[in-house]
Amino acid sequence: MNDLYILGIETSCDETAVAIIKNGTEIISNVVASQIESHKRFGGVVPEIASRHHVEQMTIVLEEAMNESKLTFQDLSAIAVTAGPGLVGALLIGVEAAKSLSFAHSLPLVPVHHIAGHIYANRLVKEMQFPLLALVVSGGHTELIYMKEHGHFEVIGETRDDAAGEAYDKVARTLNLPYPGGPHIDRLAQEGEATIDLPRAWLEEGSYDFSFSGLKSAVINTVHNAEQRGETIKPEALAASFQASVVDVLVEKTIRAAKQYNVKQVLLAGGVAANQGLRVRLEQAIGTLDNVDLIIPPLKLCTDNAAMIAAAGSIFYEKGIRADLSLNANPGLDLEAFSR
Amino acid sequence: MNILAIDTSTDVLGIGLVSDEKVIGEYITNIKRNHSTRVLPAIEYLLKDCGIQTKDINKIVVAEGPGSYTGLRIGVTIGKTLAWTLKIPLVGVSSLKVMAASGRYFDGYISPIIDARRGNIYTGLYKFENGEIIEVLEDQHISTEDWVLKLNAMEKPILVLGSDVPQHKEIFTVRLNEFACFAPITDNIPRPGELALLGRQLVEENIHSFVPNYTRLAEAEAKWREQNRR
Repeated sequence: MNDLYILGIETSCDETAVAIIKNGTEIISNVVASQIESHKRFGGVVPEIASRHHVEQMTIVLEEAMNESKLTFQDLSAIAVTAGPGLVGALLIGVEAAKSLSFAHSLPLVPVHHIAGHIYANRLVKEMQFPLLALVVSGGHTELIYMKEHGHFEVIGETRDDAAGEAYDKVARTLNLPYPGGPHIDRLAQEGEATIDLPRAWLEEGSYDFSFSGLKSAVINTVHNAEQRGETIKPEALAASFQASVVDVLVEKTIRAAKQYNVKQVLLAGGVAANQGLRVRLEQAIGTLDNVDLIIPPLKLCTDNAAMIAAAGSIFYEKGIRADLSLNANPGLDLEAFSR
Repeated sequence: MNILAIDTSTDVLGIGLVSDEKVIGEYITNIKRNHSTRVLPAIEYLLKDCGIQTKDINKIVVAEGPGSYTGLRIGVTIGKTLAWTLKIPLVGVSSLKVMAASGRYFDGYISPIIDARRGNIYTGLYKFENGEIIEVLEDQHISTEDWVLKLNAMEKPILVLGSDVPQHKEIFTVRLNEFACFAPITDNIPRPGELALLGRQLVEENIHSFVPNYTRLAEAEAKWREQNRR
C-alpha cells in the first residue's frame, strides 16, 4: 500500500500553519508562524490584523513546510484545511490557499473541523483507543467530547458562556498581567495558596456543561472590593484560587464522564492543555481510575498548528470526506454536524 | 503567453484569460454574493471552457486594491498561491486603474471610484496619453466632498467610472457641473481582460511579500500608532 501524505493548513486565529503528515501519525514537517507579538499590542487578537498577517505569511509557510518535507505536490494524497470554527477572515486565507493548491495539482480537498484537529493532535503522540473522551480547553473552547470510533464526535458537555481560556485572559487583565494571560496565571498559581473562596459552577446534577463567567465576575468583584477597602490581595493567592476553581470543575467532570462512558483513554487538547496546574491534577485523578490512559500532547501540538489538521484530515480523507472548490470558511462550524 | 487575471476587489467578480493575440475568455458577474465560494469555481470553469490547462498559464495578474478588504484578500491569496505553486510570475495592478481603462477614448481626466462607506470613496485620477494610461493623482481613500473639491480646481472634463457611481453621482454633478461626465453601465464594469493587458508588461513581484494595497491601516493599528506616537 502506498504511503498517505496529507498537507494540512490552519489559519483559524492568529497562527499561520502548514504541516505534512505521513499515514496520519508521523510528522514530516510542521511550520507555525505566530502573530502573537503583533496582537500583544492590543491585548487580544484583532481580526482584521490577523487576516492581514495571514496573507503575508501564507506562501512563506507553505514553502517552508514543503522544503522541509523534501516532497513534491505529486507525492501528496490530499490537501486538508481548517474550514471552521474560528475568525472568518482568518479562516478564509487558509481555505483559499488550500483550494488553489487542490485546483493547481488536482488533489482532493478535505475540510477539517478545528476541534477535531485539536483532538487528533493526540494521535501524533499515541494511537487512539476507543471509546475515548477528549477534554478540549482553549481560548475559544471548553468541551468534553466522546468518541466511539475514528471521525465520530459526540459533544457531551460544553461551556455555556466563556471558554476557560477566555476566563484566564480576562482574569489576567484584572491582575494587569500581559496578554496572553494563561501562562502568567499558571506561573503565579504555582507560587501561591488557594486561600480565597471562589465559586465552582457545577450546574445541574449530571450535567457535563461548563460555565466560567460567574467565576470571572467573582474574581473581578473580589479585586474591586479589596481595593475599596484599601486592602491588597496577593496576586499569587488569587491566581491559585482562580486556577483551583477552574481545574476542580474540569477534572471532576472529566473523571465522572470517563467513568460513565467507560472509556479507555482520556485525551487533553487545546492551548490550555499547556497549563501545569491542569496537567498535574488530571494526571493524579486519571491515575486513580483502572485501565484508563491519559494522553497529553507536547506543548507545540497543543497550541494551534497544522500537524493536527493534517492528522485529522488523514482520517477524514480515508472516510471519503471531500470538499469542492466552492468550500467556504464557516466561523460557526458545528462538530457533530460536520462529522455526521 | 497565457495570462490569468483575477479581480475580486468590489462586488464585480472578474476572471480573464488573455493570450498574446487575443482575449480568450472573460467571466464577469456584478452581484452581491460571496466571492470565496465562487472565484476558484469560476477560474476552473473558464479554463476548462477555453481548453486551457493550469500548466498552460504563464502569468497571473491580480487586482491589488484598493477595495473590499476581504475581497482583496481572496483574490490576492489565490493569485499568490497559484503563482507560487505553478512557479509562474505574479503581478498586481490597481483595481482603480482597471476601471479607468474603460475610459480609453475619453478626452479629459478619469476618476474611477469604489464606495468606501460613510461618504468616503477609494479613487484616483488617470488620463490616457498616446494610448497609454497615466496616473495623475495616486489611489487614495478620501471623502467624496474633499475629492470633488480637488477635481473642481482642475477645470477639465472628468469621467467618473465604476459600478458604485450611482450612489455618488449627485455630488459630482452638483459640484463639477458641466465637467462631470458619466459612462453607460457597460463601461462601469471593470474588465478582467483590461486587467490582464495592464499587467502584461509589468515586472514580476516577489510572491511572498506581495500584499493587497488596502490604502488604509487596520483601524486598531491606526489607533495604536496614534497613541504610541512620540
